[in-house]
Amino acid sequence: MTIFGWGVFKGMMVTLKNFLTSYFRKPDEGGIFTVQYPEEREKELENFRNFPFLVYDGTPEKIRCVACGICERECPPKCIHIEMELDGTGKPARKPAVFDIDYSLCMNCGMCEEVCPFDSVFMDHAFEVTSETGSEGLVRHKEALLKSNEYFQKIRPALASTIDQKRKAAEEKKKATVQATPPPAAGAQAQGPQ
Amino acid sequence: MNISVEEVKKEIETHLPNVKLRLVRDSILIENPEDLPQVALFLKESPRFLLDYLSSVTGADYLTFLESVYHLYSMAQKRGPVTLRVRVTKNNAKVPSLVPVYRSAELQEREAYDTFGIIYEGHPDPRRLFMWEEFQGYPLRKDYAQEDTEVLEIADIAWLETRGIEVPVEMKEKAKTLHAAGQRAVAQKPEKPRP
Amino acid sequence: MTNIVEIKNTDLAQTLEINFGPQHPSTHGVFRMTVQLEGEKICGLRPIFGYLHRNHEQIAENLPYAAIMPYTDRLDYVNALSNNFGYALTIEKLAGIEVPERAEYIRVIMAELARVVNHIAVIGFMLNDLGAFFTPLLYAFRERERILNLFEEITGSRLMNNYFRVGGVKRDLTGENLAGIQKIVSRFPAFLEEFEALLTKNEILCMRCQNIGVLSAKTATNAGITGPVLRASGVNYDIRKVDGYSVYNRFDFKIPLGEKGDVYDRFYVRILEIRESLKILDQALSTIPPGEIMNKKSLPMLKMPRNFKPPVGEAYGRVESPKGELGFYVVSDGTPQPWRYHVRAPSLINLTVLEEMCLGQKIADAIIILGSIDIVLGETDR
Repeated sequence: MTIFGWGVFKGMMVTLKNFLTSYFRKPDEGGIFTVQYPEEREKELENFRNFPFLVYDGTPEKIRCVACGICERECPPKCIHIEMELDGTGKPARKPAVFDIDYSLCMNCGMCEEVCPFDSVFMDHAFEVTSETGSEGLVRHKEALLKSNEYFQKIRPALASTIDQKRKAAEEKKKATVQATPPPAAGAQAQGPQ
Repeated sequence: MNISVEEVKKEIETHLPNVKLRLVRDSILIENPEDLPQVALFLKESPRFLLDYLSSVTGADYLTFLESVYHLYSMAQKRGPVTLRVRVTKNNAKVPSLVPVYRSAELQEREAYDTFGIIYEGHPDPRRLFMWEEFQGYPLRKDYAQEDTEVLEIADIAWLETRGIEVPVEMKEKAKTLHAAGQRAVAQKPEKPRP
Repeated sequence: MTNIVEIKNTDLAQTLEINFGPQHPSTHGVFRMTVQLEGEKICGLRPIFGYLHRNHEQIAENLPYAAIMPYTDRLDYVNALSNNFGYALTIEKLAGIEVPERAEYIRVIMAELARVVNHIAVIGFMLNDLGAFFTPLLYAFRERERILNLFEEITGSRLMNNYFRVGGVKRDLTGENLAGIQKIVSRFPAFLEEFEALLTKNEILCMRCQNIGVLSAKTATNAGITGPVLRASGVNYDIRKVDGYSVYNRFDFKIPLGEKGDVYDRFYVRILEIRESLKILDQALSTIPPGEIMNKKSLPMLKMPRNFKPPVGEAYGRVESPKGELGFYVVSDGTPQPWRYHVRAPSLINLTVLEEMCLGQKIADAIIILGSIDIVLGETDR
């Protein structure tokens, strides 16, 4: 069309159409798509990757982490700090005494989850993280990081069930090999006092 | 498609007999840095290669020498990279600039000067790119010692005092002793290195 | 060089020097330019960089190769997947690692989705700068949100994806994900029709964008400009066709070229590139083969990044990122950390000609020209 201004008029038609359809269409088809947070929330997706947490099986004493320190070395911004617990005689017990993650440095990359050989660090979904004392309050200690396996199953069902199956299979294999070889102590005791 | 490095070397040696070249790891090292613009102009206008697009200029620090690396491509013939290198020492880091030949070297040479201290002669605007003008030191060199930001130096104190900010006397004394010893405020490394 | 001579010769008593400071809503990040004005005409322009310099290259010299991948996301933070692609390609070239076929197809799909995401954002922001205050931008972002939700399902994060790995990709695409991508691809042309009806023949847009900021092909080639800016000036150079990296040479797509090299051409070339990307996505989704997603030999590298020691040497790998040629130059000395790591950022190099394009134009046009070059400060300053 050769009327000067026809292009602007066609553009106005498009905006008018969008305005009118926003009243009765669904959010996906051109309606209003604002989610009134915090009263409504969007659906939580399984693979959403936010800060890390530690998994325990059953009670917080049975923590899966053995304080090997691999996640501390591989973390790119170096926000993890681990100290191994020493038992009574000074030998390392395979548990962390100190496990600090500095949330103000963490960049949610997920490298700690990838390199952990004992399936104990995973990425959480909790993004509403606050601290009342500035950035010192954002250093999370071991107690705040421990979450149970049931919580893990709830937020990441597919991954958690795969890991559980793998651990069960490994445990059963270990039990099978222990039962196959007879315990040597019984034979020695039978021959004991002569 | 790739261009073979031996072909390029032979071509340059036949047309520019005074230039000494060497093959290093799939790239051409020009022994004398002064020959660089000549070689680049020849490669740009030679009808066989027509390398009219300078893709990247960067520096590198190899402890005993500094290097300036150039990657050239041909947009007209859509052919693969030719890499040129030039080596200089840290005390005499002067390389002729390629800006008269390729304009894309303008900002990249400024960056190489800022981070490595390679001085490009003939550059129309030889300033630092990322750091501010009064910054001293070349951060990407391997022997760069990071400044300690808590300790002030004489230049910092002068800057603060021209803006009417009071500086405590101990800091002024410390800055004077540092300046007298000819040292800069270097950050101390932590005692126990993080693994 | 002639531009600098012009500034010195102007009678400085008559010109006004304005600082387009680092905090400005239209400079696409913390970018600063000082502009010398004579009335409303620009007679000199000087960009100043470094406000977002995070020393990415030196950080990478202290990290093993697998741990640099999350940092490359943060270079061009609008489309993180292209940066991942470039880095993975370079390290694979350096160490001679092969990528399985399914992983290559997944990489092409994700890279083209990233291209669509980026071009939509750029077009939306350019229209925002023109004064069409937020309406076209939010229409564009409505579509972009669908793709970002898909990224969250697949990779875990909307923007900082960290999805590619050296030797493959991190997670496989399930049937559900593929169906989601197919749904987006089939709904997109309707959105593009609506967008074009809104804008392409709009008189205001045409009068403000045509013949503004003209860049000739010869200047562009000499100044090292790449990407849609170069193609809008008429030069047919697209790294996906020239290098044929990954599996791009199996797909059939055209390269849209402009004629004049003005702002309108750069805007329209990007819309046409979205259409070509949708074609590639269609073809890739229909022919994706089953298989594994990671090279078996580089799986140990994921578990113990300190053990990956590539051979001594160097590599320069480049990809066609939506902004231009993104190149990575890596020199390795046999240790798990790189000796030298450099990123050839298209946003920085495309700014070489900013001054030349802006001279003689009005101050309002400088904003549009800057918007059409499409810079991202994370990449410019690294």
